[in-house]
Amino acid sequence: MKHIISVLVENKFGVLSRVSGLFSGRGFNIETISVGPTLDPSISQMTIVTTGDDRILEQIIKQLNKLIDVIKVTDLAEKEFVEREMCLIKVNAPAEHRAEALRIADIFRARVVDSTIKTYTFQVTGDEKKLAAFIELLRPIGIKEIVRTGKVAITRE
Amino acid sequence: MSGKQITGAEIFLESLKKEKVDTLFCYPGGVVLKIFDVLYEQKDIRIILPRHEQGGVHMADGYARSTGRPGVALVTSGPGATNVVTALATAYMDSIPIVVFTGQVPTALIGNDAFQEADIVGITRPCTKYNFLVKDVNDLARTIKEAFYIATTGRPGPVLIDFPRDVVTAKTEFHYPDKVEIRSYNPTVAGNKWQIKQAAEAIAKAKKPVAYIGGGVVLSNASAEVLEFAEITKIPVTHTLMGIGGFPGTHELSLGMLGMHGTYYANMAIHNSDLIIAIGARFDDRVTGKIEGFAPEAKIIHIDIDPTSIRKNVRVDIPIVGDVKHVMSDLNKELHKSKEPWDAIRKSWLKQIEAWREERPLSYEYADDVIKPQFVVEKLYEITRGDAIIVTDVGQHQMWAAQYYKFDKPRQWCTSGGLGTMGYGFPAAIGAKVAHPDKEVISISGDGSIQMNIQELATTIENNIPVKVVILNNRYLGMVRQWQELFYQERYSSVDLGSTPDFVKLAEAYGAIGLRANRPSEVEAVLKEGLKAKKTVFMDFVTARYEKVFPMVPAGASINEMIFGEEKKKEEKKLKAVK
Ligand SMILES: Cc1ncc(C[n+]2csc(CCOP(=O)(O)OP(=O)(O)O)c2C)c(N)n1
Ligand SMILES: [Mg+2]
Repeated sequence: MKHIISVLVENKFGVLSRVSGLFSGRGFNIETISVGPTLDPSISQMTIVTTGDDRILEQIIKQLNKLIDVIKVTDLAEKEFVEREMCLIKVNAPAEHRAEALRIADIFRARVVDSTIKTYTFQVTGDEKKLAAFIELLRPIGIKEIVRTGKVAITRE
Repeated sequence: MSGKQITGAEIFLESLKKEKVDTLFCYPGGVVLKIFDVLYEQKDIRIILPRHEQGGVHMADGYARSTGRPGVALVTSGPGATNVVTALATAYMDSIPIVVFTGQVPTALIGNDAFQEADIVGITRPCTKYNFLVKDVNDLARTIKEAFYIATTGRPGPVLIDFPRDVVTAKTEFHYPDKVEIRSYNPTVAGNKWQIKQAAEAIAKAKKPVAYIGGGVVLSNASAEVLEFAEITKIPVTHTLMGIGGFPGTHELSLGMLGMHGTYYANMAIHNSDLIIAIGARFDDRVTGKIEGFAPEAKIIHIDIDPTSIRKNVRVDIPIVGDVKHVMSDLNKELHKSKEPWDAIRKSWLKQIEAWREERPLSYEYADDVIKPQFVVEKLYEITRGDAIIVTDVGQHQMWAAQYYKFDKPRQWCTSGGLGTMGYGFPAAIGAKVAHPDKEVISISGDGSIQMNIQELATTIENNIPVKVVILNNRYLGMVRQWQELFYQERYSSVDLGSTPDFVKLAEAYGAIGLRANRPSEVEAVLKEGLKAKKTVFMDFVTARYEKVFPMVPAGASINEMIFGEEKKKEEKKLKAVK
């Protein structure tokens, strides 16, 4: 099962490697991780996407809580939340495919952030399903490269 | 500027004094010279120079285990720092509070592959409870305060402070904080009241309960509470290797050790129990055996300060997170309220346990012509009246020490349980002796293990720290040999220590005393003479080479599937047939 874990940590050097070391040292995989400052500059927010059964997840959350620099851990599976990820996709766009590529992009409200004679680069934001659908539709045209930010998530009030 | 400016080196010393540190185990080198210069003129802290940094940190560990107070060590950068990794991992696995300072190259050079640079903060991240790199002398005093606080609170553990050379020499005013507050670190002390009530109810209902205690009982100084608990409820108590001394070994409710080399009756009691009360223990695989076969009918109450220990290996019905001493005291109050006729309830279960105890007591076959290692430990127990601090290395001798010496009090037993570090025992015994000059401190070691930190003989002579070393000398890496005999068709690969040195002469070469016993009739005399001496003594007991530790739960078996000495022949055949 996929889980999104939101972690508030002290904004200090070495904290990211303590968190990632906790995963790697136990053979747990991190699918995506994103880190950024919060309103309080002494605290950073990490969003970690990982997979595992309930027992593994319980261990991960307990181990995260045990780290001295971790202030708060939230398993978003237990909450209402909104998730987003941003993705840059470079596709082949020779003359015969250009219109088609733009039409697909339009449906997904992706923006063209770079354009050459042979390629388009799209920027698209959304949840996991939307990004997957967009990528699926672009595939026949020919995707050259994909770069993703990893998920960020926030709870609903 | 108002106050007096002092250097990082002086702040280091003043901070240790504030923490009431009385002994520092330290080994010098380039980047910490300035600190050693400050140590040269002071009289408040005893300085002990080990002969290897690993030895120095094991000494700090032995000091901590035997006193409950944090042990402190200082080493230089690079190789000095990497030399302490094993000792840190040893302390980490057993939750021992120590604070280790490592020198570091100047902050401007960090990351440049400077001479004697090692990324010790990176290297030790997984084997310390926490570690710090101090980049500014103004952070130094607070960092030291935090380090001691983290090392000694919650689930204790080793903390490392990396101390760059420029921070050592930089100056600032010294203010040692009275208190620390770390917003992200607040260990739970009191257990959940409702859960404790649930536990008390489950205990009242249980017909076949067993208490299973671990190192947490010793670490939280909860042995009085555990004793009270057992005496109220008449629940028998088994302990892990780390829990030794947490409950009196000679008490009628004591089942001795459980697990791989546990007693038949402890393992049978656990296997057949309907309720296990795990107290400061973590269901290590050496204890549970095959996890699917572990105590199939038991409900489990698990009391531990570390929530990650709970439900890590086994299902738990009533988890209680909190300091063992605190929780046990609350639980006892709850149990005092209930007016169960405990004696009557427990009668048939205790009778069953007595039957198991009679069926297969801990035993070995005595011999007239060759020294049985168990006999040496028994004699040692007799002569010291169970009152010595016993420190072991790792191997068969460790298990025999655990089985045949009886401990009635905590902090009388130091052993590397979690990591199983050969070479731990002798230096740890030195640390314990430094802390307890008036107590007999005995290192029970093997001929293999003692050679892993034998250089510390010099430390004991130079500093007049008389440690008594009992070597159970089987001329083998005995524990490995035992596995090869039982599970690898007697293919004895790299276990014969035939060219072991003459330990008597070796001790003498260092200025210590060497004694030897070749026959059972000499054992008592050697022990008595060795214990009487005022110097470090190596007592070399030339023991039966092929003796094995029994009972034994083979790897992968359930803990009720033990093998015993006299069945060896039969078992061997069976094991071979399986192969
Ligand atoms: C540093 C280290 N290396 C290897 C081992 C694996 N090991 C466990 S017991 C043992 C043999 C110990 O021999 P000895 O000290 O003579 O004790 P004995 O079993 O013979 O009593 C070995 C090699 C270990 N525990 N620690
Ligand atoms: Mg040996």
